[in-house]
Parts: sequence; structure tokens; C-alpha cells
Amino acid sequence: MLPDNLRDRAAAAAVEVFDSDAVMGGKFDRGELTLEIAPAKIASVCGFLKYDRQFVRISSVTAVDRYPREPRFEIVYHLHSVEHNQRIRLKCRLAGDAPRIESVTGVWRGANWYEREVFDLFGIQFTGHPDLRRIMMPDDWEGYPLRKDYPVTGSRV
Amino acid sequence: MSDTAIPPEVAADLEREQPPSGPRRMVLNMGPQHPSTHGVLRLLLELDGETVVKCAPDIGFLHTGIEKEFEVKNYQQAVTLTDRVDYLAPMSNNLGWSLAVEKLLGLEIPPKAQWMRVMLVELTRLNSHLVWLATHALDIGAMSVFLYCFREREEILKLFEMFSGQRMMTSYIRIGGLALEPPRGWYRRVKKFMDVFPSRIDEYENLLTNNPIWIGRTRGVGKISLEDMLDLGVTGPMLRAAGLKIDARKDEPYSSYEKFDFEVPTRTENDVYARYQVRLDEMRQSSRIVRQAMDGMPEGPWKAADQHVVLPDREKMKTQMEALIYHFKIVTEGFRVPEGEVYQVIESPRGELAYYVVGDGTSMPYRVHMRTPSFGNLQATPEMVEGSLIADLIASIGSMDFVLGDTDR
Repeated sequence: MLPDNLRDRAAAAAVEVFDSDAVMGGKFDRGELTLEIAPAKIASVCGFLKYDRQFVRISSVTAVDRYPREPRFEIVYHLHSVEHNQRIRLKCRLAGDAPRIESVTGVWRGANWYEREVFDLFGIQFTGHPDLRRIMMPDDWEGYPLRKDYPVTGSRV
Repeated sequence: MSDTAIPPEVAADLEREQPPSGPRRMVLNMGPQHPSTHGVLRLLLELDGETVVKCAPDIGFLHTGIEKEFEVKNYQQAVTLTDRVDYLAPMSNNLGWSLAVEKLLGLEIPPKAQWMRVMLVELTRLNSHLVWLATHALDIGAMSVFLYCFREREEILKLFEMFSGQRMMTSYIRIGGLALEPPRGWYRRVKKFMDVFPSRIDEYENLLTNNPIWIGRTRGVGKISLEDMLDLGVTGPMLRAAGLKIDARKDEPYSSYEKFDFEVPTRTENDVYARYQVRLDEMRQSSRIVRQAMDGMPEGPWKAADQHVVLPDREKMKTQMEALIYHFKIVTEGFRVPEGEVYQVIESPRGELAYYVVGDGTSMPYRVHMRTPSFGNLQATPEMVEGSLIADLIASIGSMDFVLGDTDR
């Protein structure tokens, strides 16, 4: 459900019209528009925003770990429309147990490395990603460093 | 080397890998220690003769976990981390971080501090572009440009050292304003430098712009369509060299950029040469901005008035109990930042730099993500170089102007 105070935001209202089930919430805070999207709908909403609302750029994909709260992970997408000089933030919440979400690389090829980074550092699986490998850490690394239950310092050897 | 010099067992291996009937392709491992990859970028190239058939960039050699480190530093301490992300543009990162936290805090920055910030960030842009031009020309074979550029860069680094005590990791732009007021004589020195600098840009142009070798190596090289670049996350001068007038300083002005008079230079040729021209024009525009900032510097305080965030003056601490208490509180536990999230975009010398900061009401950030321009730009490498010659690859990746510290964080 789109909060009432966001109805006059064109992009938010358009997403609501496109698929009212996809919008779980949203806010307009400090001049930035955030929409919370149902994880299963993320790729279709992104496709809509790119082709119908001219959000031609994906600025970044990242995640926030809310451990020990559930749902634990927030996947955060920042989109940018050059034509309308507008930005929007999409957010999906995922449960901590085997987190998995559809990849948006089919919409923007540029999401490729960002999703690899989130996979590498948070351990989130992106289904449909063409090349889901670690990007920052060595290939044989164990654990996901940016998770909140991963220690900041290691033990001395 | 003649064929007879290949040991028989190696020849047998080669024979097994590449049946003589098919195309003979070679896999070349370029980097992570290759001089023209400017840091530790590794490119895996599949070559057919001298043509690059496939290119796979491999990054992460400089990954230092800065984003994790942010989570255990308080907000003001974290300024020192931002310097180390993009070591050629430390102050752009200082500014991005400070603006993001100030947006979370709702902190008003006095005009003098804003103008000083603009001036410093533009000097940083000059510094970064000079290093880019120097190394890019060196890669392509113009040795002397390197020496000239580093002469001017040295002067800028001396200016940085004069006010911050550091040549590169300045940490000078802080949350709430600046670390200190610049010392006496600093403006005079900047003015002296800015008086000669535009003529120095002409000098570089004399060496390169009409140089037939330079033109031969750069014109028509490294082409990639604008649609591909937007799709792949490329930003900054590369987009502007393809004719798209996009610049966060104009589109989403921050730190009073809307009060400055400057152009966003663009070209339409979309090759290495056009990127060179765009960056040289940007240096001219940056000098204009520095000059305007110097001439029109407003009077007033150079840090915000919020005593919960900004350290009190030294003099006040000696006479006022309250100031001493605030000083103690800020130094020992930092300041609390309200819950919320912001995405602060600025135009770094390399393109769109954004800080995504999530606050949770404590004195340490809950999560920080840096959307760095080099990471996005590098992603377009395969698209840009596949099908070109290996010698052109050097020119192409040079024209992207990436910093590996900025890529790997």
C-alpha cells in the first residue's frame, strides 16, 4: 500500500498504478523518495521504471543487515532518471534464512557488479544473474564480511 | 624468438590446447602489476593476433573493507577513512561524506565554509586531472607531459600541505565545516598559482592537441555508445565526451555550486581524444571556479554553530565551563546522528560519487555504502575494448581515469 502522502509523487503513483501489489510502503524523507517493493516483484517494477519512467541508470545496488531483526536484509536500489533529473530508492526486505532475490541485470547490465558485490559481502543470492562470483574477496573466502555477525577484527595468528 | 627456441614439451602443450585447424588464440594475463593499469587491475585478455577478442576485468586486489570499518568509527573519525578511498581526490570524498552526514543531522553550513569547500574540491579536481593527464600521456608515449603536469601538481599539493599539514590525506573538510581556517598567506599563494595555471594548460595543449602521434593514438579509439554507457553505469567525463550534459554540480547542486558561474564542457566524438578535450576544458572551468570563490569569499564563521557537533574554539574552552564539557563529550563519545538514510551525490573528478549513509541514532553509522565512480566506469571495459587492438586498449582504459582504491574500497 502506498502511503497517502506519496500519492502526489508521480513516480510513486505510477508504480502503484502499474502493480498495486508490488508496493509495500514508502516514505519521502530529507528530499529522497523511497519505495518498499515486494521482493518477488523487483525485476518487473525495475523494468517498468526503466522503460516507462525513463530511469535509465542504476546508480547502485547495496544491502543493509538489520541483524538480529527479521526480516534481516534490506536490498537497496538507487535509480536515476537523467531526463527528469530525478532519483528514487527501492527497497526489498529479505528474511535472514537463505536470502534470495531476482536479479535486475536483465534490466540494467550495470547491476552486474553491484549484485556480485552484495553477494560477495552479504551472501545474498541473485537468481538469474549471469556470473554470480565473489568480486572483492578471494574465491575461497569463507563468510560474508559485511554481515553484522561477522567480526571487524580477526584473531592474531 | 624463432620457433626452434620453444622447448618440445611446451610446444606439445600448445598443440594440445589449440588444434592447428581452429583459430589460434592466446590468453594474456595483463596485470595486476602492469604499469598501464594504474594500480592493481587485472585484465584477462583473449587475443587473436593483436586483436582483443574477449576481456574480463578482475578487481578486488585493493579491497580493504573500508565500508565495514565505517561501522566502528564515530562520524567525525570516519572522515579519515574517506580520504583513503580515492587517493587522488581525497577532498571530494571528504565533502561527499560530510554532506551526507550533515543532511542526516539537518545541519546548516555557513557560506564561508561552503565557498571554501567548493574552492578546495575544485583544486582537488585539478590535482586529479593533472595526474590523469600525466599518466595517460605517459602510457601512450608522451613522456614530457608527465613532467610538466607533475610540476603543477606539486604546487597544488604544497597548497594542501600548507593548510592541513598533509599532502594527500588531508581530512580537511569535516562534518560541520572545515578543520581549521587556512593560514595567513594561503590565499596569496593560491592566487599566485591560479595566475599562471591557465597558461600551463595551454602548454599541455601545445604538446598534445595538434600532435599527430597523439591524434593518431586517440582519435576514433575506445568508442562505446552512450546507451551502453548509461546502461553499464558509466558516469562523469566519459558521458560528457559522448555529448550528454550531465554534471551533479549543475543538476543537483550542493555546497552553493548554483551560485558559481561555470560551463559543463561536452564533446560528441565519444573517443579517447574527446575525453581528453573534455577533461582539459574541465580544468579551465575549475580554475574559473577557484578564482570566483577566492574573489567572492563571504565573511563569517568557517564552521557551523551547532555546539553538539562542532568542537568549541580553543579560547572559549579556557574560559567557559560549558565549552569544556561539550569538547569532552564530542571527543570521547562523538555526536549522535538521528535515525534515517540519505544518498548524497556529488561530482567527483571521475564521475558520480555517492555516499549512502544509514544512521541509527547512535554516534556511529549503521551502514555506509560508497557508490564510487571508478567501479561503475570499469564495468564498461569489456564493451569498450573488445574488438580493438591491444595497443588501443591501453589508450582506452587510460581514458576512463579509474583509481583502484576507489574501485575496490
